[in-house]
Amino acid sequence: MKRALVVTVYALATATLTLMTAASAATLDDVKKRGMLNCGANGQLPGFGLPDAQGNWTGIDVDLCRAVAAAILNDPNKVKFAALTAKDRFTALQSGDVDLLARNTTWTSSRDSQLALLATAVNYYDGQGFIIRKDLKVNSALELNDATICVQQGTTTELNLADYFRANKMRLKSVTFLQLEEAVSAYDSGRCNAYTTDASGLYGVRLKLAKPDDHVVLPEIISKEPLAPFVRQGDDQWFDVVKWVHFAMVNAEELNVTKANVDEQAKSDNPEIKRLLGAEGNFGEQLGLSKDWVHRIVKHVGNYGEVFERNVGQGSPLKIARGQNALWTKGGLQYGPPIR
Amino acid sequence: MGRGREGSLAIGPLLRDQRVRSVLVQIIFCLLAAAAIAFLVHEASINLARRHLATGFGFWNVTAGFDISQTLIDYSSSTSTYGRAFWVGLLNTLLVAAIGIVLTTLLGFTIGIARLSSNWLVARLANGYVQLIRNIPLLLQLLFWYNAVLKALPDFRDSLRLPGGGFLNNRGLFLPAPQLGGSGHLVFLALLAGVAGAAGLAALARRGRLSGGAAAGLGLALVLGLPATVYLASGASVTLVYPEMSRFNLRGGIEILPEFVALVLGLVIYTAAFIAEVVRAGISSVPRGQTEAALALGLSRAATLRLVIVPQAMRVIIPPLTNQYLNLTKNSSLAVAIGYPDLVQIFTGTVLNQTSQPVEIVAITMAVYLTISLVTSFLMNQYNARMALVER
Repeated sequence: MKRALVVTVYALATATLTLMTAASAATLDDVKKRGMLNCGANGQLPGFGLPDAQGNWTGIDVDLCRAVAAAILNDPNKVKFAALTAKDRFTALQSGDVDLLARNTTWTSSRDSQLALLATAVNYYDGQGFIIRKDLKVNSALELNDATICVQQGTTTELNLADYFRANKMRLKSVTFLQLEEAVSAYDSGRCNAYTTDASGLYGVRLKLAKPDDHVVLPEIISKEPLAPFVRQGDDQWFDVVKWVHFAMVNAEELNVTKANVDEQAKSDNPEIKRLLGAEGNFGEQLGLSKDWVHRIVKHVGNYGEVFERNVGQGSPLKIARGQNALWTKGGLQYGPPIR
Repeated sequence: MGRGREGSLAIGPLLRDQRVRSVLVQIIFCLLAAAAIAFLVHEASINLARRHLATGFGFWNVTAGFDISQTLIDYSSSTSTYGRAFWVGLLNTLLVAAIGIVLTTLLGFTIGIARLSSNWLVARLANGYVQLIRNIPLLLQLLFWYNAVLKALPDFRDSLRLPGGGFLNNRGLFLPAPQLGGSGHLVFLALLAGVAGAAGLAALARRGRLSGGAAAGLGLALVLGLPATVYLASGASVTLVYPEMSRFNLRGGIEILPEFVALVLGLVIYTAAFIAEVVRAGISSVPRGQTEAALALGLSRAATLRLVIVPQAMRVIIPPLTNQYLNLTKNSSLAVAIGYPDLVQIFTGTVLNQTSQPVEIVAITMAVYLTISLVTSFLMNQYNARMALVER
């Protein structure tokens, strides 16, 4: 009996140890060995991460995951998406359930430090706003004193909301929900005067309401929300891969390398394009990828501008303008450091 | 040398003693279990440190910075700490559990007795209730009640006006709040004294020193009369604060959230179906001869139920009833789905997310639920001991 006990305790302890150490290996090698990228995505947010009825995921974050898979495995469909709530997302990344968290997540100092994660590169510059019923005749968020606001739990949104009301000496009543769907449905049924989330999300939410035209997005943007894909600390190679996949897509847009013309551009004489598409140098191999990694990304997924327009821009129901997400050459903030 | 032999001589027979051996095995088991736990804690802390994750309970005194929709104690997003948010959540959980347990007991007993009714329709309806409710997942029922509450009630601008200055709308139920002015706290003390006096009378009545009816009458007079007398004598005033319409909301007074109502409603209706079955089983366990004997002695139907059947049935009912109370308390954590700020929503939700210290926070939450459950069990065991058959 005693021996059985010892064996059980030992087995338990070993199992726990194995579980705890599983996540610390080199992620890039894991993904290559597995032949599949595990990506944490939203699952409920149009334009960012949402599966359709057939289970096909679309969104700007989803396309980033596809681009990473294309760069490593030359197949944008070798991604297993996990739909994560705002509350569970960091634990899923920390514990190694997902290799990469691309779920409209705001880059903040404490997420880099206390959560032991790393924001890679900002793939969408966002800010928090409000949506409200038109018939309340509110023109500014500063008129919201005493209003009841629906908000999703476990987000920077929740903190910004309290901050904004405090800073403007307004009284706040907030109702907090775990799931986006429930928060939106409560707002739609009149439980709250307004719903708050990142401005990009508001346009998607508006489409989900019973009568979208009865609602208006207020002009105020009350916070900075640089949304970035996150990886775990302690794996610099993987951090580089994800970061540079995004920069490569931005550079591709700047150099006018598109899904349609990438094969043609590969024969270009422009040295920048040659370096980008692997005709010159071995920059992909230095990252642990292949020589033609950017060619694969653009061929399968497209450049940053194409991804933007397809998911949230003019090619989508959301019709969000490029704004801050335009290239730096066009007055925006998207700037890809050189590949050389 | 000699000592060693002496020792082995003493231990030999001891090991052959069945009782000593079993104690020894248990001690070894406890040591191993403790060692395993210590090992796991140690490994976990090493792993957390290696991944640079924060550990410890330092977050407890950090300013929370988020808002909570229902707070029984003072709480402000700008000054209150995560620790304070914990207490707010705990009290919200206890409030739902306490009110839920009382209401579900009443409903459960009613339906359980109705199931055994000789009236065909009543018995069938009660049976239908039990079968319908206990076979649908609680989460779905909660979502149903929440949407039913929200959809059925009018928008705040078309609030239903209740007599006495209250309002009902899809933001909740708004009632005037009594505010004690002057020496109002004396009235409160008198109320407490009245309740204590009534409890004393009830104890006398139990021992047969006083008839039940007289005790009830006197008790009621004490509970109502004492505060009223003090109120009139001291000239203290109780003012009512009425809720008032503002641009977006009703302001002031007592506010009962729709999330709270939906959660209590869902938990009470769900748990009552199980309690009804427990009650039915308890009553069925009392031999039919007991009823026949009571009726033969000339007791009325009601008196038979109250004096003969229920006291015997309670012995069978109490242990599984305790389980249902614990279930209700634990199920209240589903509040997270409908936006009621209970312990799980606030503490293992928002606080966990802001601090990202799941190990500490989940451990604290588990300890809290364990404590609540153990206290409930303890109280119910006391009650069970009192109700147990006393054999002479």
